[in-house]
Amino acid sequence: MSSTDIILQQLLNGLTIGSYLAMIALGYTMVYGIIELINFAHGDVFTAGFLISLTLFEWFGAGGKTLTGFRLVWMFTLVLILTMLACGIINVIVDRIAYKPLRKAPRLAPLITAVAASFALENIYANWKGPSQIFYPDYFPRVDILHNWLHLNTTVLFTTQDALLIGLTIPMMLGLRLFIQRTKLGKAMRATAQNAAAASIMGIDVERVIMTTFFIGGALAGAAGMAFGNFLHTGRYLMGFDAGLFAFTAAVLGGIGNITGAVLGGFLIGFLKVFSDQWIGGQWTRAFIFTILILVLVFRPQGLVGEDEAEKA
Amino acid sequence: MAMLELHDVHSYYGSIHALRGISLHVNEGEIVTMIGSNGAGKSTTIRTISGLLHPGKGEVLLNGERIDQMAPHQIVARGVCQSPEGRWIFPRLTVLENLEMGAFIRNDHAEIKQDMERVFELFPRLSERLQQKGGTLSGGEQQMLAIGRALMGRPHLLLLDEPSMGLAPVLVEAIFETIQSINKQGTTILLVEQNALMALYVAHRGYVLQTGEIVLEGLAKDLEENETVRKAYLGEE
Repeated sequence: MSSTDIILQQLLNGLTIGSYLAMIALGYTMVYGIIELINFAHGDVFTAGFLISLTLFEWFGAGGKTLTGFRLVWMFTLVLILTMLACGIINVIVDRIAYKPLRKAPRLAPLITAVAASFALENIYANWKGPSQIFYPDYFPRVDILHNWLHLNTTVLFTTQDALLIGLTIPMMLGLRLFIQRTKLGKAMRATAQNAAAASIMGIDVERVIMTTFFIGGALAGAAGMAFGNFLHTGRYLMGFDAGLFAFTAAVLGGIGNITGAVLGGFLIGFLKVFSDQWIGGQWTRAFIFTILILVLVFRPQGLVGEDEAEKA
Repeated sequence: MAMLELHDVHSYYGSIHALRGISLHVNEGEIVTMIGSNGAGKSTTIRTISGLLHPGKGEVLLNGERIDQMAPHQIVARGVCQSPEGRWIFPRLTVLENLEMGAFIRNDHAEIKQDMERVFELFPRLSERLQQKGGTLSGGEQQMLAIGRALMGRPHLLLLDEPSMGLAPVLVEAIFETIQSINKQGTTILLVEQNALMALYVAHRGYVLQTGEIVLEGLAKDLEENETVRKAYLGEE
């Protein structure tokens, strides 16, 4: 591979990794924006998206074979919708059980139940699917776009499955942005994030806004989990811990509570990860990324695009 | 039956006994004011009425219905809106979005638009700053926005907590004129003020609070002439 090809290839890799990390990061940042809680179980909702979509494909009789034609369209769409619904509901249930009863408790309490909820979900998955690696078949057809479709003479690999990940996540993120900027419920979410008591005396049902936030965050993580399965084909009951850690870092890097920041942070982490994997060495990637997290927090605690606390008041 | 009634209401902030048996009522069409020094419990009373604080003891009745254990949004749905102490503008929503939030419970788009026009008539400054973020407004403008936003809910009962706070004297007079005109258009008002002179001037009746208790009540013009009130709150020796 030529060095330009390597750079191009890694940019594409960064984009794909960044896009699912950004999707997960959104859930962290939205929940934090509203109730100032780090939902540590959020990464595990991503795992649920992987496992549930895999199970649904089996239920619908996909049987490990690549889908084609109309069957691909309806089954993929249906599995996506059901997975998002299920993951949204799982996230709402986590809130109901682990966080809602502690809404007025000291901050530390829901932080601990968040860790507990994460462990609980992970062990439910381990009992359900077993502790070993799980293979996710090529349900979405895999075509090398640059060679087979565009007939380019390059060593860069970009497949339809990479395109799926990007094509699924980016429109959803744009859709979320429109929803939050334009709709009445979206504005109510922003109002609640800025001052929940003030929102309540506008007649906004704050608990309903919180529920909606958990639902949307969970649904996005679920879609990311499904896209991830169709992209990397392997996962495990603990996969959400890992992805969650990176996505959480992305949210903090961008400025926790800030939607744009979460997306930017997600892509930034994606690019940093491939940069480190390629040019520093994969074994150093975690040390590299989490050192950057520390440096950002030390020198710019509000994150890259986050607002000052003073500005928030 | 009075529109709003409080019977022997006790409210607490943790272990602090902030309201010690408040009983008051507001009749439909009235402007009623609560005056008293800092920490007397005026804002706590407003918070208790609007459901931000639930009383430990006593009852709050709105048109005969108990509302003291309801969530704030349920009380707004019953026609009680407020401009809170400290204004509580949404700093990163635009002026327009802030006003839209005031009308959150309504779906009558045409009439919401009319009401917004009415708010702009009362406060022309707001219409010049529609796309500006709430947090960038001056104190006076934020106060106008807080009152305008409360009006957007088309309240039956409007709770105003220190509407003159931090305003230039010219603006204070304008705000009180506005309060009177809102009332003449049919909105009942419960007004909390440190500026007792102005409050008693526009109100029909008043209550004087001291350390969580009502120490005096009566017609506003009688309170204005009351010696204790004049000494304590109107700054006379």
